[in-house]
Amino acid sequence: MKLNNFTFNCGIFKCLAIGLASLWLTLFVFFPSVLVMITSFLTRDPQNTVALPVNIANYQKAFDPLYLQVFLDSLTMSVLATICCLLIAYPFALAISKLDKRLQAIALFLMIVPFWTNSLVRTYAIQFILGKQGLINKALLALDAIDKPLQLMYTQGAVIIGLCYILLPFMVLPLFSSLEKLDSKLQLAAQDLGANAWQRFWHITIPLTMPGIVAGCLMVLLPSMGMYYIADLLGGAKNLLLGNVIKTQFLNTRDWPFGSAFSVLLMLLLAFMLWLYFRAAKFANKQGGLGDANF
Amino acid sequence: MNDSVALLQLRGLEKSYAGHSILSGFDLTIFDGEFFTLLGPSGCGKTTILNMIAGMEMPDAGSIVLLGNDISQVPAEKRPINTVFQSYALFPHMTVFDNVAFGLRMQGVEKKQIKPRVLEALEMVQLAHLADRKPAQLSGGQQQRVAIARAVVNQPKVLLLDESLSALDYKLRQQMQLELKRLQRKLGITFIYVTHDQEEALSMSDRILVMHQGKVQQLGTPRQIYENPANLFVARFIGEINQLDGEIVSVDGDHTYDVKVEGLQWTLKAQHNFTAGDKVHVLLRPEDLRVEYIDDFHASQYLVGTVVERNYKGKTLDSLIRLGSGIEVLASEFFNEDDPSFDYRPNQKVALKWVPGWEVVMPAEKSEVAA
Repeated sequence: MKLNNFTFNCGIFKCLAIGLASLWLTLFVFFPSVLVMITSFLTRDPQNTVALPVNIANYQKAFDPLYLQVFLDSLTMSVLATICCLLIAYPFALAISKLDKRLQAIALFLMIVPFWTNSLVRTYAIQFILGKQGLINKALLALDAIDKPLQLMYTQGAVIIGLCYILLPFMVLPLFSSLEKLDSKLQLAAQDLGANAWQRFWHITIPLTMPGIVAGCLMVLLPSMGMYYIADLLGGAKNLLLGNVIKTQFLNTRDWPFGSAFSVLLMLLLAFMLWLYFRAAKFANKQGGLGDANF
Repeated sequence: MNDSVALLQLRGLEKSYAGHSILSGFDLTIFDGEFFTLLGPSGCGKTTILNMIAGMEMPDAGSIVLLGNDISQVPAEKRPINTVFQSYALFPHMTVFDNVAFGLRMQGVEKKQIKPRVLEALEMVQLAHLADRKPAQLSGGQQQRVAIARAVVNQPKVLLLDESLSALDYKLRQQMQLELKRLQRKLGITFIYVTHDQEEALSMSDRILVMHQGKVQQLGTPRQIYENPANLFVARFIGEINQLDGEIVSVDGDHTYDVKVEGLQWTLKAQHNFTAGDKVHVLLRPEDLRVEYIDDFHASQYLVGTVVERNYKGKTLDSLIRLGSGIEVLASEFFNEDDPSFDYRPNQKVALKWVPGWEVVMPAEKSEVAA
């Protein structure tokens, strides 16, 4: 579409809405991103934070084995959190999709309600549950199931629980929307052809909701790499996620150029994963569905 | 068709939804190898019967006996019965081949056997060359055939077809009617077809069950149902019919009566028993009526009316004729180009004739059911 045609065809309200959004995104997303990119090629300076000359030393430093290790650890954490999220969210979304329309709305509403509270506050609440004096330990002690409190806080497990909890709705919603679209006649047809409940789930439900599964996994995996405050509060002062590395560079080490280079690399990685997803989705659309029936 | 073997017996089936009874005390016997049709308007209970045979709904009471075994509590996936759904319900993420192979794979049929059996089934519906396509890449008629192949490949004892042709356009539907009938003869599988389309039912079935509001109206061959409808509902539901009101004047012998219709007296045959003074309906199919120019000399011997409308239908010419009593009747005649008196003008006076014996005389129904 030519830009000219577009401007002439749209009404005042449409132009205004698009204009405002564009302005907003330009000011607060595009310019900062450009600044980050520029910064990533500069040098650290104790007085002015950043200074010339332009160089690529920051990127070279990012590919140091130390940081590659951080990247791999971070990816492992995020993937584990994503898998946990999927395992919790799928049965949940399936159950909601079987409710009648009115109850569906209530169930989804109830799931969203906690998210009106700031996620930082809710992360502190997890501390209260997992801590040495937390709910779980107290309960287990009272039941004489354990002799001394378990170390639940400041473990990878705690971070995964935190990520799962904070990101769960981003998994549930795409899963729910693809489960809701399932044609119930297909289940009947599969049953008629001799498939038991498990076979129907494996051969029909899973392949047909694959777009939702992939979308949900991306929506959990991508942000989880950057959720540094969860790793900070629940995992202790370790560089568990890529987000922690970036935060440390900006706030503690005050090495803005290196932090920027790391941010740019993270953005590129996420962009690459999204590109893979859209390519897969486009391919799937041409073929009439993702997956291939699990045979 | 092997008439003597009862394949499927439904006995005393009961079903109600939320206290509302759909079926009650429903009995039916279906013979091995027949093409059986459940015909009725929507909401008559025909789909409920089909779902109970398939196992997708369980009866509240009664039994479903297949070859001597009560299967009424057997889950759908374990019944040797397959369904062709109205919406086809093909699996969109699988190829045509995988769709057809699905049932065999679920039953754990040996891998080596699957390919030849699937290809044979696809060959039968002339779609073997499209085995690698996805359902979305097929036309409606092709999808229909895949759905049929997917069901028959399992060699079911009974094949259920739920309004299976209703999504196709008229021409394709007629073609598929012939194909279905041919396929059924070739395979020898018992077909139970559900439809609200009387034309479909007449052209394909060995026997038809006409239903209305959960009640059996008539069970018989297409010919019995068309030519001797058991009641006014069946008469009206199966094709167009003209209804004239009359009264028995006298009994004329065995099932022969003098009947007064439209001010004239006729000698008519009837299957019912009447006595003098009984009110009756005289039913006439539009294609059994013949319209002729009136001849004043014979006017007293025929039904006389004026032409209200003439509709050119291609094959036939349909005339709407208002009789002396104000009742309008439809006559449907095949063209006869050699007949100079074939075309009539509106408002023209004409006589109506029919071949004696082609009429149906039945008792007048007080509360008439709308067809």
